[in-house]
Amino acid sequence: MNPRLRWKTRAFAAIVVISNAFGNLFLAWGMRHGAGEITESPLSFIRAIFTPWVSLGIVLLISWMLSKMFLLSWADLSYVLPVTAFGYVLNALLGRLFLSEDVTPARWAGTLLIMAGVVLVGMGNPHSEQQAGGPPV
Amino acid sequence: MKAWLLLAVIIGSTVTADLLQSHEMKRHGEIHDFRPSGLRLVLATLARNKNLILSVACMAASFFSFMALLQVADLSFAVPASAGSFVIETVLARVILKEHVDSRRWIGAALVAGGVWLLAL
Repeated sequence: MNPRLRWKTRAFAAIVVISNAFGNLFLAWGMRHGAGEITESPLSFIRAIFTPWVSLGIVLLISWMLSKMFLLSWADLSYVLPVTAFGYVLNALLGRLFLSEDVTPARWAGTLLIMAGVVLVGMGNPHSEQQAGGPPV
Repeated sequence: MKAWLLLAVIIGSTVTADLLQSHEMKRHGEIHDFRPSGLRLVLATLARNKNLILSVACMAASFFSFMALLQVADLSFAVPASAGSFVIETVLARVILKEHVDSRRWIGAALVAGGVWLLAL
């Protein structure tokens, strides 16, 4: 893999992970602090969306969606999924730090497994040749 | 019961959205120009793509279901549990998108899937 593509891939993977984890954190925080109860009514969703923390979470999640789409323009889905899975680790850590959620020994073991998977796939090439009969690209 | 129903909606819509995005972004080609004018052009092009619009609708369905799930479950349960989509997507990337998933990616996918399962405990 050429160095330019390697660094571009790493930079976008980092943006995908960070924007997703903090987007989820702000969303969770906002839903528990001031968003009110979500009912069957769409109005309750709309009300929640315009509260400050939920709005910030949504902005970050839009950034997450766009950066992931950009990354998918040159990297395989089967590469992007494990490499950006570090976000699950970051989500657990942020939940522990800011939302006082429990991180049990099993969750720490899960964190190590995910890290191993991320490193293993991250060392490979982000784009592979498609097999014959695939969709037109 | 409500949490599991929401989880099913999240997984189904996430899988559909990612497959559509991956397919359409490969058709678009690698994005090189990250200057504001270049990004505006890319976003304008992407905004007219029907499959990408459908993928965003699927993500919206996933997002609202996730918001509802956060009201009945911890973030540290909701996020890893919704990662069930991860395993399904890797298989579908091989079957539908015809990606070459080598042994490194399969092992990596298995490690991450096992890790996500442990996170959900």
